[in-house]
Amino acid sequence: MLQLNVSQLINSIKVEENNNPQKPKEGSTRRQFLGQIGLAGVGLQLAPLISKAAGVAALNNALPAESITLNFTVNSTKKSLMLDTRVTLLDALREKLHMAGSKKGCDHGQCGACTVLLDGRRINSCLHLAVMCEGAEVTTIEGLASGGELHPMQAAFLKHDGFQCGYCTPGQICSAVGLLNEGHAHTDDEIKELMSGNICRCGAYNNILYAIKEVQNA
Amino acid sequence: MEPFRYIRVQDNQTAIRAAGINEAKFIAGGTNMLDLMKLNIETPKQVVDINKLSLYKIEELQNGGIRIGALVKNSDLAYHPIIKKNYPVLSEALLSGASPQLRNMATTGGNLMQRTRCPYFYSTDFACNKRIPGSGCAAITGYNRMNAVLGTSDKCIATHPSDMCVAMAALGAIIYVQGPKGIRAIPFVDFHLVPGETPQIEHNLKPDELITHVEIPALPFAVKSHYLKVRDRQSYEFALTSAAVALDIQNGIIKNAKIALGGVGTKPWRSLEAENALIGSTANQENYRKAAELAMAAAKPNTDNAYKIELAKRTLVRALKTVEEMS
Repeated sequence: MLQLNVSQLINSIKVEENNNPQKPKEGSTRRQFLGQIGLAGVGLQLAPLISKAAGVAALNNALPAESITLNFTVNSTKKSLMLDTRVTLLDALREKLHMAGSKKGCDHGQCGACTVLLDGRRINSCLHLAVMCEGAEVTTIEGLASGGELHPMQAAFLKHDGFQCGYCTPGQICSAVGLLNEGHAHTDDEIKELMSGNICRCGAYNNILYAIKEVQNA
Repeated sequence: MEPFRYIRVQDNQTAIRAAGINEAKFIAGGTNMLDLMKLNIETPKQVVDINKLSLYKIEELQNGGIRIGALVKNSDLAYHPIIKKNYPVLSEALLSGASPQLRNMATTGGNLMQRTRCPYFYSTDFACNKRIPGSGCAAITGYNRMNAVLGTSDKCIATHPSDMCVAMAALGAIIYVQGPKGIRAIPFVDFHLVPGETPQIEHNLKPDELITHVEIPALPFAVKSHYLKVRDRQSYEFALTSAAVALDIQNGIIKNAKIALGGVGTKPWRSLEAENALIGSTANQENYRKAAELAMAAAKPNTDNAYKIELAKRTLVRALKTVEEMS
């Protein structure tokens, strides 16, 4: 992981080197600005990281990184990517397709912030290799609205205030859509149990429940 | 994560050939495998994606049993009408494990191969004989509240984490595997191994053998069966203790019993001692307690997990009582 990160960082810094990282360009998004600030900080620590990464590779006799082509559909659009075999579906969405709606919380399948729908079923995209999605159809939070109209679950989360900081919200909404597709939750307790894969640190659970029930009963 | 070659296979034979070389590992759901690869605990040089194999069926057998493909997702198995009706203990066990997202990914074969969640196995800063044979066991001298009390050795006290496996152990499932020399059947109790001197060897599968399906024999009385799981929080947590129970009670007498325990053993813990004590005896609280005492007689506590012995007994007694009340 360390090796991959370092090479990615070097590439990223090359791209960013003409920018003043302390000042957002005109028209820059908040995300780009934060990215630039972050890269400047990382640059300071890069030299020791590189030497450490080289040491790890030599010790473990690791294979060179291998890339593979992936063809899949994301939010009804066909995509073709060349990816390191180690890239997870979550990282492919966020870093390669620049769809940052799906969030990285724990990166180990414990928090649910990365939940997306794979062929219609909710999964943790952090525990799924992107290359395993060949031919599959992925729906992320970015693909739920149709035209200018919010998905009913998005609208219900807004109406019932089903969030506070919002970090877990894309995962919560995708999970809730998956839950209704599955059709196994009939009571409040069953909804709570079947939403247990999504952690909300702000504790908006009651309002999330109201939002899901509203869509379920609509 | 270490780099690896990725191979997607379309048939069993190719999968088996690809698994036999290059320190390969199969990947199906990936929920445990990828978790461990991210931590450099699993470092396969070759990852063989078996998701395109035709191992997705759940079929009723002529003899009344059921045959479950290795790639059947945990959620599909748990909600299958035959499983819910004929083997409720299995459905309940599956639904008590992990989260809906993980159950939509995790497979039957993968669940059999699930590795321990012992924190010292997961943390590469500590000694672990499972991770690095001969390095020692940090759990024995460390904080071992979640660790096992049955089937342990002085090399390893890691708990087997699966709920599904506890139900399958009780039901007497048979695991079918295919290798270069053909197909063989492994009774469930022989599939997982206690740690002994070699905690790194956890099962009876060779590197180039592929789990193709699991068969559960006909067990008509298992329509009255139950999985009880006790844990620190109500959902999405591993068991402190659990019990899988099926009872055949006729006129107040126990004609047959199937019992396995979870959360307490280094492998899914079938208790023939408890089964034999109950068969032929009256279905009552006193006999349940006697059976529970026998089930846990060999338990060896460590510094922080002695509570599991009494908790497991009470878990089993309550599960037996619940099944009795279904009759």
